[in-house]
Amino acid sequence: MSLIKEIDYGTPAPKSEAQVPLKQVTLTIDGYAVTVPEGTSIMRAAMDTGIQVPKLCATDSLESFGSCRVCLVEIEGRNGTPASCTTPVAPGIVVHTQTERLKSIRRGVLELYISDHPLDCLTCAANGDCELQDMAGAVGLRDVRYGYQGENHLNQAKDESNPYFTYDPSKCIVCSRCVRACEEVQGTFALTIEGRGFGSAVSAGMGEAFLDSECVSCGACVQACPTATLMEKSVIEIGQPEHSVVTTCAYCGVGCSFKAEMRGNELVRMVPYKDGGANEGHSCVKGRFAWGYATHKERILKPMIREKISDPWREVSWDEAIGRVASEFRRIQTTYGQSSIGGITSSRCTNEEAYLVQKLVRAVFGNNNVDTCARVCHSPTGFGLSKTFGTSAGTQDFKSIDQTDVIMVIGANPTDAHPVFASRMKKRLRKGARLIVVDPRRTDLVKSPHIKADHHLPLLPGTNVSVINALAHVIVTEGLVDENFVRERCDWETFQDWAQFVAQPENSPEASEAVSGVPAETIRAAARLFATGGNGAIYYGLGVTEHSQGTTMVMGMANLAMATGNIGRRGVGVNPLRGQNNVQGSCDMGSFPHELSGYRHISDATTRALFETAWGVSLDKEPGLRIPNMFDAAMDGSFRGLYVQGEDIVQSDPDTHHVTSGLSAMECVVVQDLFLNETSNYAHVFLPGATFLEKDGTFTNAERRINLVRKVMPPKQGKGDWEITLDIAKAMGVPMHYDHPSEIMDEIARLTPTFHGVSFKRIDEMGSIQWPCNEKAPEGTPIMHVGGFVRGKGAFMITEYVPTDEKVGPRFPLLLTTGRILSQYNVGAQTRRTGNVVWHPEDILEIHPHDAEQRGIREGDWVRIQSRAGATALHARLTDRVAPGVVYTTFHHPDTQANVITTDYSDWATNCPEYKVTAVQISPSNGPTEWQNEYREHSDQSRRIIPLSVQAAE
Amino acid sequence: MSPDKLVYMANQIGKFFAHQPEEKAVDAVADHIRKFWDPRMRKAILAHVDAGGAGLDPRTLKAVEAVRASVA
Ligand code: SF4
Ligand code: SF4
Ligand code: SF4
Ligand code: FES
Repeated sequence: MSLIKEIDYGTPAPKSEAQVPLKQVTLTIDGYAVTVPEGTSIMRAAMDTGIQVPKLCATDSLESFGSCRVCLVEIEGRNGTPASCTTPVAPGIVVHTQTERLKSIRRGVLELYISDHPLDCLTCAANGDCELQDMAGAVGLRDVRYGYQGENHLNQAKDESNPYFTYDPSKCIVCSRCVRACEEVQGTFALTIEGRGFGSAVSAGMGEAFLDSECVSCGACVQACPTATLMEKSVIEIGQPEHSVVTTCAYCGVGCSFKAEMRGNELVRMVPYKDGGANEGHSCVKGRFAWGYATHKERILKPMIREKISDPWREVSWDEAIGRVASEFRRIQTTYGQSSIGGITSSRCTNEEAYLVQKLVRAVFGNNNVDTCARVCHSPTGFGLSKTFGTSAGTQDFKSIDQTDVIMVIGANPTDAHPVFASRMKKRLRKGARLIVVDPRRTDLVKSPHIKADHHLPLLPGTNVSVINALAHVIVTEGLVDENFVRERCDWETFQDWAQFVAQPENSPEASEAVSGVPAETIRAAARLFATGGNGAIYYGLGVTEHSQGTTMVMGMANLAMATGNIGRRGVGVNPLRGQNNVQGSCDMGSFPHELSGYRHISDATTRALFETAWGVSLDKEPGLRIPNMFDAAMDGSFRGLYVQGEDIVQSDPDTHHVTSGLSAMECVVVQDLFLNETSNYAHVFLPGATFLEKDGTFTNAERRINLVRKVMPPKQGKGDWEITLDIAKAMGVPMHYDHPSEIMDEIARLTPTFHGVSFKRIDEMGSIQWPCNEKAPEGTPIMHVGGFVRGKGAFMITEYVPTDEKVGPRFPLLLTTGRILSQYNVGAQTRRTGNVVWHPEDILEIHPHDAEQRGIREGDWVRIQSRAGATALHARLTDRVAPGVVYTTFHHPDTQANVITTDYSDWATNCPEYKVTAVQISPSNGPTEWQNEYREHSDQSRRIIPLSVQAAE
Repeated sequence: MSPDKLVYMANQIGKFFAHQPEEKAVDAVADHIRKFWDPRMRKAILAHVDAGGAGLDPRTLKAVEAVRASVA
């Protein structure tokens, strides 16, 4: 093992806009003939042959800038000494990178830099990882003639306001790499160089501290900085890492690759990996910095059990805990029947772990009561896309957006929820792509530095289908359908039915305006732009799926993409932005009660037979309970035991009262997680889980990309999560045997046609693989439905708008919709235990000033929010980001429990809950509700632990 | 299991297929219930049908009837 250092070519590789390969150019550098694509810089061409021209202001993640004058070269027949980073190659030129003249100029330049630089290299945090130091060495700088007597920058104060990195201006060489990284890579434009000449310095905003500025703490500037000026606090604390391991972020569905840089078993920092297929060297604050939870003092490292949920926890041995799980589950089955227990797979654990939990349920429990938290987020995606296109996944890779002309974002807030993809999107938008945003809230994408949506459709929550039908209406009635595409690729009959349906007057923009509140003209303009603006791509999030008509809306978007011919090539498509890191994977692995891995229905005898032979058991052919049904069944007594791996259903599922009553009615709830979470307040057995740093496996991101998760340290509680599941299976009398997670993947590949070509070895060789990967597509499939749909002909579905029954009225006149924020992740169990809390210490209610005024609510007041399901209280923020009549909050903090308010309405096809629409009333309040106080008390009670040592003493 | 909730869910499925001719719609709803509802949910709604089937839309009622054969 060693420290992975990617080669820095100094400038990015040239890109051809027109998809045609670039012309090759041959030149001579230091006597070597070099052939590179046209547009390559001399610096990059030199590096290609292994000649490193000294440089300071250039790095290959940024466009060249040409400010430091260290990278000069001489070109025969040309005057002067051009900068190699800004000079492109030309055929036949002869370049010299090292001559007496160049040496002396470079030394002179370096000398000037060093004369205003503190010479505390030995104790500097960047020692060993400083490009200024390297360059001083490279040019052979031996002494500095200018002293420190004159004016200098050596005593400037550090800015340590950001929780993760410091800014030490005394070390700054004003190379602008940070400023350019913030603009070009991240797209936030938080930094500027203020002042000129000697007085110039980097500044976050208007002379603000980093924490108070627009900075979103993505780390791009820190990574770009060649010196110790911008430096991770963890490196300052621990020292430089000595080896690194490439792994995958465990936060969101973007699935960024990182180098976990280590010193022994201690993680020093996470650095985004340039070869990462999803992120190509970029990161967000969560993956880059928010990993401290792994060693947080509240992490549970010993298994625990208790008789009743009012008892304190008792630490026990692994054997005793696993034994308890097995004996309780078997007892419950004997008493209440085979289908009285079930399990929930995690969308945060690996594919292999999700697969094992569903195998445990089907093969060991002997029923199909397995579900996953994708139920509550993207289940409509799977169902809707499989009906129309034939696969339960998005159609594109992220890179595809580089060729999109019109981006339509529906019910998604990528700058907060999928930040690294949002940066890519913004890059494309700055290059001129057009943007349509369909969202009740004015998200950052609608307007941010250098980005402005062409059309924002601020629809009322719950009216998605009305709007998508109106968009289709315009396209059909104004003759904008791509008829050639439809005739060739789609089922013509379903198209005709659909076209007739959307053309009806009740689907016109004017009719939609009455229900959605979006001006008809805006809908018309957006439809025309999408149909005629070139490559159109739809990106969507939970604002689409989490509705009574979630599935209908997914189909509506698929219809729109087919009608406009926007499927089956780069730059187009229908793409879900997945919430948790492995939502795609957990679905692929057969986590739903009705289907086996690869989306094959459990009633299909051939598929069942395949698994029955492999597993040596017989399988139940009936679908099992979905998560919301499990709680219903618990209430009527037919469901009594649940194994929950890495999910916090109490906090994340809707209608908390219903969930907790269901759990309270069960006799054995087993929670496997890193921390005592809200669900464990209702649990009888707690099995401590491992973090993604502590095990091997794979995650599959929103682009169907399977990435390796590599163990960088041993599990602190002794076992990977997959091993815990194996222990339970064994204790229940049906052992399964695997020595390593790669063997689990081998089994998945054997049994799943879309995974036939996948193995750890193959992923390791290729870096990552996008399924389907099999005999037909040995290299995987970045873009789906090229040349033909997976189901054959694309099927149009009729998508009638059915208003939700969750309606505003005199008692509940406002609509609540929920979302998330950049710095926190899902239920927040991880991010709340990191420095990220400085950005979002509590959930806040956003309310329009008009609605606030009517209720006598001022900025920062405590307010009570009440729905027919329940009430909670939180602080208010007055903002016109939300329209009058709409309020918004996040669900990251258990003290608020936004889901106390959400109702049990759900999607017609999948029971995906309608989180995004709840009728509420808001009133001033003087603090938390009674329920919040009671809940806090129960929760505190449930966190009492009697350690083993104390038990021994008793 | 509370019949109210099951009735609501079944009617919701019915509404998606409402635009189709009756026979096709009934088949589609029945198929959906067979494929996605745990047997105890099917039994519970059938029991509700036997008790008069209050609240079920007429086509949905037919669809639920059609599911009967799948629960022994
Ligand atoms: S951390 Fe990211 S957002 Fe903040 S200043 Fe640096 S590049 Fe910009
Ligand atoms: S902070 Fe670093 S990257 Fe930014 S200008 Fe200074 S030395 Fe260059
Ligand atoms: S964008 Fe998502 S996957 Fe990437 S670093 Fe951030 S949280 Fe991790
Ligand atoms: S590296 Fe070329 S001018 Fe700075």
